[in-house]
Amino acid sequence: MALQAKDVLSLQEMGPEEMNLILDTADSLREVIYRPIKKVPTLRGKTIITFFHEPSTRTRTSFELAAKFMSADTVNISTTTSAIVKGESLKDTAYTLQAMGADCLIMRHGISGSCHYLSRLVDASVINAGDGMHEHPTQGLLDMYTIRRHKGSLEGLKVAIVGDVLHSRVARSDIWGMTKSGAEVVLAGPRTLLPDGFEQLGVRSYTAVEEALPGADVVYVLRVQRERQGKGLVPSMREYARQYCINGRRLALAKPGALLMHPGPMNRGIEIGSDVADGAQSLIVEQVTNGVAVRMAILYLLLGGAAA
Amino acid sequence: MTLVVRGGRILDVETGALNEGDVVCGDGKILAVGPAAAAGASAGAEVLDATGMVVTPGLIDMHVHLRDPGLEYKEDIVSGTRAAAAGGFTSVCCMPNTQPVVDHAAMVGFIQDRAKRLGVVNVYPIGSVSKNLEGRELAEIGDMAAAGIVAVTDDGKPVWNSELMRTALLYSSMYGIPVIAHSEDPHLAEDGQMHFGTWAGVLGLRGIPGAAEASMIARDCMLAELTGGRLHVAHVSTELSLSVIRWARSRGVKVTCEVTPHHLVLTDEEVSRSAYDTNTKVNPPLRTAADVEACRAALRSGEIQAIASDHAPHSPDDKDVEYNLAANGVIGLETTVPVLLTELVGKGHAGLAAVVRAMTAGPAGLLGLKGKGRLAVGMDADITVLNLDKSWRIEPAAFQSRSRNTPFGGWEVRGAAAATIVAGRVVQRNGQLSD
Repeated sequence: MALQAKDVLSLQEMGPEEMNLILDTADSLREVIYRPIKKVPTLRGKTIITFFHEPSTRTRTSFELAAKFMSADTVNISTTTSAIVKGESLKDTAYTLQAMGADCLIMRHGISGSCHYLSRLVDASVINAGDGMHEHPTQGLLDMYTIRRHKGSLEGLKVAIVGDVLHSRVARSDIWGMTKSGAEVVLAGPRTLLPDGFEQLGVRSYTAVEEALPGADVVYVLRVQRERQGKGLVPSMREYARQYCINGRRLALAKPGALLMHPGPMNRGIEIGSDVADGAQSLIVEQVTNGVAVRMAILYLLLGGAAA
Repeated sequence: MTLVVRGGRILDVETGALNEGDVVCGDGKILAVGPAAAAGASAGAEVLDATGMVVTPGLIDMHVHLRDPGLEYKEDIVSGTRAAAAGGFTSVCCMPNTQPVVDHAAMVGFIQDRAKRLGVVNVYPIGSVSKNLEGRELAEIGDMAAAGIVAVTDDGKPVWNSELMRTALLYSSMYGIPVIAHSEDPHLAEDGQMHFGTWAGVLGLRGIPGAAEASMIARDCMLAELTGGRLHVAHVSTELSLSVIRWARSRGVKVTCEVTPHHLVLTDEEVSRSAYDTNTKVNPPLRTAADVEACRAALRSGEIQAIASDHAPHSPDDKDVEYNLAANGVIGLETTVPVLLTELVGKGHAGLAAVVRAMTAGPAGLLGLKGKGRLAVGMDADITVLNLDKSWRIEPAAFQSRSRNTPFGGWEVRGAAAATIVAGRVVQRNGQLSD
């Protein structure tokens, strides 16, 4: 079996079989990360370009390492050092990168739908590394992978996603991926930060964390996107933290031993307390490692490397 | 020069009756209408055989952006009126948001002159409410009315200043012309890319709630009541807006409204289905299925007086970009007739008469277009001949318009404007324009 499309743009468009294929492949590739010589020849001769219009530490590095561990050639473009600052359009940039023989473009962009647009412009594979408020499918997959490693499967689990769901591309990918895998997903956050009509996606929303967390197997804390808070959707970070910060007291409302996750970067003391972020239930650091494995799997499956 | 449109089924837009008959035209006027009217025509008359076709008054699109002058790379009076003729329209009303803005009589004269020399169909300019569309001071509405504008509007944006809107309604009432409102609360609509709802949430696009439209309509209706002025609401798109207009009308407010073909046919789901195709980006945005049904019902009942395409041409450079960066708007002159005949009339959502009335007697009445909108002796010889049976595929590459921004490209349709007749002259026949 292979992936259906040339691109990975969203989990909304991906079936559970494809997701499982990616996660199974990640399982077999993960050990490469722990080898003394982290290099397999799988993607030798393939050219992968990461193209980030927004700042990123973990996603961009994770993709780059995933590509390098499999011997692909990588080039990184960031907005500030590219012709974007001269006003070059995404369309022209896409044509330019295509003309240089890129096999895969990994893009992060501030505008929802940009990766779909890019995928129509180029023959190369496009991987969405986060588009506006839309999706972040590789984050969704690494989150699922992390849960699967600890729980065996997502089937029947209750996952509580807490925080700024409205602006979160991570939340959207998690909702699609986890519900398609049989998990129950509930959302918690202030009403001004919850999207309208998401009950149609099969998720329930709560405004009180205390109502959402009981029975949860996984507590997934979203980053408060302070750069998007200028519109005054919550009165203050202080008030937000008082009502929504996941600390030891609140985490205790979930099932004993519930998994605690966060996509990073964290605002400690705002959406998550250091007591739990660095605590025994936290998988936040492991998520990062798993991100490399999942991205190796995606690159491998998309670029059709020679025998692994 | 005499023209006989012979043997067609002449549509009575009031009763819906289709009666076989002829229309005889001479000197730009209708000389005779009815069964065997051709018998009285002069021997050398040009004959257009309309057997099997439906003959209607010339269609009027009261909301069109011709982009001329200033934005000719999107459209101009030649390409825009050719698109109108190709689509079955004999008259268009053009919006004032050109560069420079149509905010004084000289600009009105400029457009009328160009349309007369170069245009293929009748062009009625609409003036702006405010100078340079800035929303601060009234444009020279009296002067423009004397020059022939049929309405005023700051279309493209709302008149946000309530006092200016009050003044505009009061002032324009002296000239018997309506104020056309682009109703949108700018704060509620800020950065909005599509309708506010589940799909906007799923797609991660900022939504524009129906309340952004309806709340401004409510304000404008109150100001119309206060002043006794005439309000026409452009491109109504939600059930809530229609409800507000119904309420205002029950209080005796002089308010009319129009709906676009895309708001009668497409929903916000189209943005998802098309994977962010920027040809689904339009203002007001595509709404929900319930809103579409409310618009259809209001069209059937006559609560919506006009169908207008809001033909908004944009070049590929304006549209072939990321969704948030794309210009709002779709073109409609060449798709309105086939899309409505297929999706509304063909599927039983509205009768032929209701649809045609909203593009003939409806707009002619509310704008006071003399000699337009009816097939009767003495009226202007503007006639549209419809072929309800022609099955074809909408190919944007073949458009007369300079732009291609349509969400209907590739649609299989049934129904077409078989001929367009302006002042007794056939300007389009079977898709061919007469040059």
